[in-house]
Amino acid sequence: MSDAQITLQAALHRIPYARFLGVRAELAGDEMTGVLPYSDHLIGNYLLPALHGGVLGAFMEMTAVLQLGIAQGGARQPRPIDVTVEYLRSGRPTDTFARAEIKRVGRRVANVQVEAWQDARANPIAFLRGHFLVSAVESVPA
Amino acid sequence: MSDVVELDRILPQGRALGITIQVSADGRSRLAIPYREDLIGDPDTGVIAGGVVTTLLDQTCGQAVYAALTEETSIATLDLRIDYMRPAKPGLTLIAEAHCYKLGRQVAFVRATAHDGDVNDPVAAAQAVFMLDSSAGRGPGSNLATARRGSRS
Repeated sequence: MSDAQITLQAALHRIPYARFLGVRAELAGDEMTGVLPYSDHLIGNYLLPALHGGVLGAFMEMTAVLQLGIAQGGARQPRPIDVTVEYLRSGRPTDTFARAEIKRVGRRVANVQVEAWQDARANPIAFLRGHFLVSAVESVPA
Repeated sequence: MSDVVELDRILPQGRALGITIQVSADGRSRLAIPYREDLIGDPDTGVIAGGVVTTLLDQTCGQAVYAALTEETSIATLDLRIDYMRPAKPGLTLIAEAHCYKLGRQVAFVRATAHDGDVNDPVAAAQAVFMLDSSAGRGPGSNLATARRGSRS
């Protein structure tokens, strides 16, 4: 395991909600693939069954935050300002993957786009576009 | 109270998050998630993960559509836009309120707000569009069949 991979795993392990979802991450150079292994508690529609749309949004948002952490290496976790999630297909009860592309990082704001897929990357199931606060200018009450 | 029982039965993710339905009538809904340490997104501040707010808002918007429908049908989120105004305060129950302000034949439009007690001091705001009759032609378990075949839906 590379140093970067160890740092990433440590960062993931520190986030309780990442453990709640079961999110993992794989690194290839500076490119990260978020992995959401299938688990019954992620289901939002039991009839089809389908993954909860909110879970897919949350997973892509987390992928964006982690990818920003790799690119920026900042001490403070980037915070979402706004996100738009678009759903193309229902998430089937199987493993889901996501990759984030940082389109621009300014002094304060980063623009990130995330794609989520299951069996084939050519058939994405959802997209997320969002802005994230990357600076520590705004203090967060502890 | 039957709504709570129903959610508990049909929605594993809702149960896992501890979501309860407080209001669901006339195109309006209010759902809540009590604060829990395993839902924290930033261990330095104890703030609940943005993803929890996302899931609560999605669920609350969907419930508002159900509350607006005159006959039962399946629905699916087409898109969901969320503005995060401020971090939720650690320790407080997260509440989301949604209004389905337009119910069409094929799509429904919803607005929602998330807060931690004071609706005038929102944590996040959302706007969502849902497809109605989203499982048209697909019966129960159809995603299982495609999962087994490993083909696309």
